[in-house]
Amino acid sequence: MFDYSKEFEAIARAYEVSGGNPGSLFSKEFASFVVSHHKILFQNSIPGVLISGQETPTGVTAKIIVEPGTIVKNPVHLCYGIIPAEGIQEIVSEFEIGDGARVYFLAHCSFPNAIKVKHVMDAKIHVGKKAEMTYSETHYHGEDGGIEVLPVTKAIVDEGGQLKSEFKLIKGTVGLLRLDYEASLKGKAVCEFDTKVYGKRDDRVFVKESLFLNGENSRGLAKTRVVATDRCISEVISEAVGNAPNARGHVDCVEIVKGRQARASAIPKLLVVDDRAKLTHEAAIGTVDKKQVETLMARGLDENEAVDVVVKGMLR
Amino acid sequence: MLLQLENIALDLNGKQILHDINFEVQKNEIHSILGANGTGKSTLSAVIMGLNGYRPSRGRVIFDGEDITDFSTSERARRGITLGWQEPAHFEGLTVGEYLKISQRFAGKGFLSPRECLFKVGLVPEKYLVRAVDTTLSGGERKRIELASVLAMKPRLAILDEPDSGIDALSIDHIVDVIKTFSQTGTTVLLITHHEEVAAIADRASLLCDGTILRTGEPHSIAKFFRNHCEECPHVNQPAEEVTSNVRLL
Repeated sequence: MFDYSKEFEAIARAYEVSGGNPGSLFSKEFASFVVSHHKILFQNSIPGVLISGQETPTGVTAKIIVEPGTIVKNPVHLCYGIIPAEGIQEIVSEFEIGDGARVYFLAHCSFPNAIKVKHVMDAKIHVGKKAEMTYSETHYHGEDGGIEVLPVTKAIVDEGGQLKSEFKLIKGTVGLLRLDYEASLKGKAVCEFDTKVYGKRDDRVFVKESLFLNGENSRGLAKTRVVATDRCISEVISEAVGNAPNARGHVDCVEIVKGRQARASAIPKLLVVDDRAKLTHEAAIGTVDKKQVETLMARGLDENEAVDVVVKGMLR
Repeated sequence: MLLQLENIALDLNGKQILHDINFEVQKNEIHSILGANGTGKSTLSAVIMGLNGYRPSRGRVIFDGEDITDFSTSERARRGITLGWQEPAHFEGLTVGEYLKISQRFAGKGFLSPRECLFKVGLVPEKYLVRAVDTTLSGGERKRIELASVLAMKPRLAILDEPDSGIDALSIDHIVDVIKTFSQTGTTVLLITHHEEVAAIADRASLLCDGTILRTGEPHSIAKFFRNHCEECPHVNQPAEEVTSNVRLL
């Protein structure tokens, strides 16, 4: 039996290592939701932000409601993790962001000792009219790579609403990542997906981001940055569908490949259904840009240092 | 003498791009390289900076008495040579402040702070230090930041490859002042340009034509020769830079 009295401390430490502030994690001032393995260690609602979680045999379910018109001053902290080397964690969550609300979620996922861990995220997001939701998720993994991360998000953004989602997995070994994000946008809605992954050793990185621009004047951007080193395999599918007049979508993928056995592919999928929509894409796959490296070498950095600066900047 | 090129030749893809280049740059001078498009000016700067693929087929590059022909770009930079690119690279996620600080890792004594460097090139430090060196910058802004980056390094030799291109006419005087600042702070400048009025600020000038130095002398006389002879010259727009840009892709 795992000692949960120590888990509080362990998860706080892992949270800190992944870049979070443990002081705010368990503060009553902040809305927060802290889950270790299948156990909810802490949940706190504040006026306008209601968090209700329930434990399940394999993880938790969570319903997070931000009431209409609520401007949430501080970030809402979400912390998920598994401290032991093995385990499954399934997080099934629903986000309901009321009309005109504004909220910033800061999520950290920590698996520092993973040898055989599976982390499933299944999120449904509804961003109300003229509401703004920013969701920033940062992963911290150990070096063993024995982890599967399977985040799936389906979002609906109502008229004039904004969703910005950032996923970052650049610390530790990725293991297997299979990210599948999708957003359906109504009139004048805006969505931005921003994914950054550093793959090494035998990591496998699969990213699929889809934007359905269903409303007039909707805007979408799917931006992906992957560095694949050693024997890492990376595959990125960036999809945009223009279903409405004056909808604008752009998909932007850069993958840097370092190492003879690393592999990367990018597949942009653009479909214009309404002839007044406009979709664009750009993709660059390969080694680090020669001119960037030479510029830094002309300031005295050696080649490895220069590559490091370019890569770290891109994944920041 | 700070820089000496001896019988430099460069062949790329079987085509001769530079040949019989012999010239010297004296310490603390501003030395202009004047020439029409496609005559090999940027290629010459790449040879001096030691960029990959631009190792001379023949000849030697001597810097402050040391033969640096086989030195890497980094080794040359650590000896005090740097290059301000004509079309500078963009760096996603790197702020202007961080970019300028990189220059200072191997900077010469008495270097200026990033803030001072931006001020010198006419950019408001508070506004630009935190901005990314990415494609959100205009061409003119990026050029000024490139100059600031060279300033921040306080190099012994600054090769400035057309710092005046892509800069609006009203700002040319400002760029000229910046170039003079280099010289006043002890940096020797090799200034590549095809603007006569910019070349005129130099102590000496050389005219590059068809991959070789045609003549070296007082800037006004070189500019006059350029004006009278080069506009209709059949050597203009030889595909030298086209060839070298192909090499970059290899």
